[in-house]
Amino acid sequence: MSIKVIQVGEKILGKNEDKAAENKKRLDGRKILTVNIMSSPGAGKTSLILSTIKQLSKKYKIAVIEGDVASSVDAEKVNAVGAPVVQINTQGGCHLDAFMVEEGLDNLPLDKVDLLFIENVGNLICPNNYLLGEDIRLMIASLPEGDDKPYKYPAMFADSDVVILNKTDLQPYLDFKEKAFRQVVDGLNPDVIIFPVSCKTGVGMQEWFTWLEGKIKEKKG
Amino acid sequence: MHEASITESMLSLALEKAREAKAAKVTGINLVVGELAGVVPDCVQFYFDVISKNTMAEGARLNFEIKPTQIKCRKCGNVFTPADHKWECPKCGDSNVEIASGRECYMESIEVE
Ligand SMILES: Nc1nc2c(ncn2[C@@H]2O[C@H](COP(=O)(O)OP(=O)(O)O)[C@@H](O)[C@H]2O)c(=O)[nH]1
Ligand SMILES: [Mg+2]
Ligand SMILES: [Zn+2]
Ligand SMILES: [Zn+2]
Repeated sequence: MSIKVIQVGEKILGKNEDKAAENKKRLDGRKILTVNIMSSPGAGKTSLILSTIKQLSKKYKIAVIEGDVASSVDAEKVNAVGAPVVQINTQGGCHLDAFMVEEGLDNLPLDKVDLLFIENVGNLICPNNYLLGEDIRLMIASLPEGDDKPYKYPAMFADSDVVILNKTDLQPYLDFKEKAFRQVVDGLNPDVIIFPVSCKTGVGMQEWFTWLEGKIKEKKG
Repeated sequence: MHEASITESMLSLALEKAREAKAAKVTGINLVVGELAGVVPDCVQFYFDVISKNTMAEGARLNFEIKPTQIKCRKCGNVFTPADHKWECPKCGDSNVEIASGRECYMESIEVE
């Protein structure tokens, strides 16, 4: 038997991208603004979701797909504030993919949703390589993680539309240099929008709410 | 864990291409992977050996071409290898840079019989 070389030249995650485009179409059809939230564990994904639901749920119907780790603690917290939530079992996996999100969409009352949050698995290495069907890719960096995170995870910062800089209430105890942080992030990603906030004290959150509301309205058309 | 998922996607793509070519056996898979892609070649080979059993890709050799991280200055176009924590362009000093290489994750070709 002779050996033959077959040229492929395809992304290994091409199938995921096709599925993500399908999810996006489905969400676009219902004018649901979808936000993929990524960060390291504990940076504040669930906190940001809960604060935002509390602020905007009188005006908009918000649903959540929870992908963060094994337990359903986060899903229960979201459920407690009255938003429809589906917990995705990633079976210990390190990221959500578009197929998992499709399953999540199958289990949500999509006709009654204006805004969908997807809480990704807490990890800065790979989730950004998996499109899910989102409109907005949001990452949370928190002050205790240090201002050199963009050097360690440049692709994550380059891929994000929004960076939430959380836990600013801890600034007095840390030597986080916001100016240095911003310089690298803006350099890597000139279009990025950075919101310094504290989910704990609420400082800076109004700017985020206002921006997000603008995006919901834009999507509604 | 990430390697397990990447390897599954990679194997299914290789099998699909081999079937399309009506091949009997996949003997090699040539991959291009960037340093920033979060993929450890040894882990991929390990998972591959497990999950390719009883498929026509069993025993295939994985070849990795690793692409180093390269940064490109958006101002002057200079391409350079970033030093730790210093990403300004060494030529013009600008910090407006993009990742030019290091994120690749694709299958270049397969070798079949
Ligand atoms: N000091 C402070 N703690 C916060 C802030 N936001 C979240 N936390 C705390 O950080 C921990 C992890 O938050 P969580 O939202 O669960 O993070 P997740 O793992 O990204 O979902 C919790 O104990 C939160 O109370 C903040 O702005 N300041
Ligand atoms: Mg959480
Ligand atoms: Zn992963
Ligand atoms: Zn330059």
